[in-house]
Amino acid sequence: MARIVLTDADMQRALTRISHEILESNRGASDLLILGIPTRGTVLARRIAAIIQRIEPDAPAALAGSLDVTMYRDDLGRTRTRTPSPTDIPTSIDGRTVVLVDDVLFSGRTIRAAFDALSDLGRARAVRLAVLVDRGHRDFPIRADFVGKNLPSATSERINVHLREVDDDDFVSIEGGEA
Amino acid sequence: MRHLLSTRDLSRDSAVELLDVAEDMADVQLREVKRLPTLRGKTVVNLFFEDSTRTRISFEAAAKRLSADVITFSAKGSSVSKGESLKDTAQTLAAIGADAVVIRHHASGAPQVLAQSGWIDAGIINAGDGTHEHPTQALLDAFTIRRRLHGAASRGRALDGVRVTIVGDVLHSRVARSNVWLLDTLGAEVSLVAPPTLLPVDTDGWPASVGYDLDDAVDAAPDAIMMLRIQQERMDGGFFPNSREYSRAWGLDPERFARLRPDTIVMHPGPMNRGLEISAAAADSMQSSVLEQVANGVSVRMAALYLLLSGERPSSSEREVA
Repeated sequence: MARIVLTDADMQRALTRISHEILESNRGASDLLILGIPTRGTVLARRIAAIIQRIEPDAPAALAGSLDVTMYRDDLGRTRTRTPSPTDIPTSIDGRTVVLVDDVLFSGRTIRAAFDALSDLGRARAVRLAVLVDRGHRDFPIRADFVGKNLPSATSERINVHLREVDDDDFVSIEGGEA
Repeated sequence: MRHLLSTRDLSRDSAVELLDVAEDMADVQLREVKRLPTLRGKTVVNLFFEDSTRTRISFEAAAKRLSADVITFSAKGSSVSKGESLKDTAQTLAAIGADAVVIRHHASGAPQVLAQSGWIDAGIINAGDGTHEHPTQALLDAFTIRRRLHGAASRGRALDGVRVTIVGDVLHSRVARSNVWLLDTLGAEVSLVAPPTLLPVDTDGWPASVGYDLDDAVDAAPDAIMMLRIQQERMDGGFFPNSREYSRAWGLDPERFARLRPDTIVMHPGPMNRGLEISAAAADSMQSSVLEQVANGVSVRMAALYLLLSGERPSSSEREVA
């Protein structure tokens, strides 16, 4: 009973808009670093970086990376054991504007963990947050700077993000909740 | 993972997962800030009933880099009888609130006893028990081989078809036992080479071939050759006439070393008896992975502690039902 809320074309348009917004707020692509949070955040970060490189021909080649936050989570003793993913930071984050990318912004706990992970890697000039879907229900005072789609949802509902690189197709759907 | 007692009960998937987590831990060792906050508030007790330098230091470094509190308990000199003292010690540690106990004991099976006794709830890691097993050593050996063969592309891979020769005192070696089981699980082909007196009486159940001639083994061009330490402290049975004779027949001397393939990995769990089971020429060569093994040991032990201490732990009442 899943309802599609973003089709592949919607997703493409949202990522293109986010890329433009990032470039606009950063005034170009210099000193920019797009770090995705595994698994799907990393895929989205690569797509955004590719779009930025298409728009700005002099954007740095090493633009996208991956930041695993598993070891920094505050719920490690509360859920099943999570297997970490590799962290891959193409350049030093010192003095750069880091744009964190994730698929769904929910409680904000993942992003809080990402702040801790980032501070162990160096001192970014600024940290921004881009998400494909913001579904609300924050546990922390965290807000995204770039949002693909605001999706008010009930906590009982499930948001599914499918990405070609991982799931063979592109869409976002919502399911569940009380009938 | 509840305990890590033996490599024999590790499945292929969980072994590869542990090695992959160790890759992530190894990446952390390259950063400026080498510490992760993951095990903040957890207490890891190193319970060492037997001498050890590198294993104890390695576990200590691993636990500290994950921000756990580390208590090192050296039980040397204790005169209390074995069973009693282990029980008393375990209950003391439980009262202190240990979340994990890393135990090295001269009696084979001591970690198993600790894990099944119900004296303590903590996760147990076997850091070497008698002549039985030393699982983290085998895991770090497998990790080292995988990294040498596949480099940055190691993640997700096993060791299918890799030929590993283990040479020396297999009889007393917990390292050899743990390696035989783990390497077989990961798909490697293991052969053992030793004087007949230093092989267990019955190795039929072992997934390894057995030989007595090191020259044949060297000429078979293995991918990795692992030299075991001659354990002077266990050599009271007249297993070979003297160390010179052992060295001549089963030592990796410069001449045998030169006959190895230039990319054969030369391994040793340490501490080395230079000139006995391994020559300086082999130990200090580019092919030697001795120091890599030590460095990788920290990453592998971090992975083991993480997998043991993260995730929901059943409370003691739930466990009784299970």
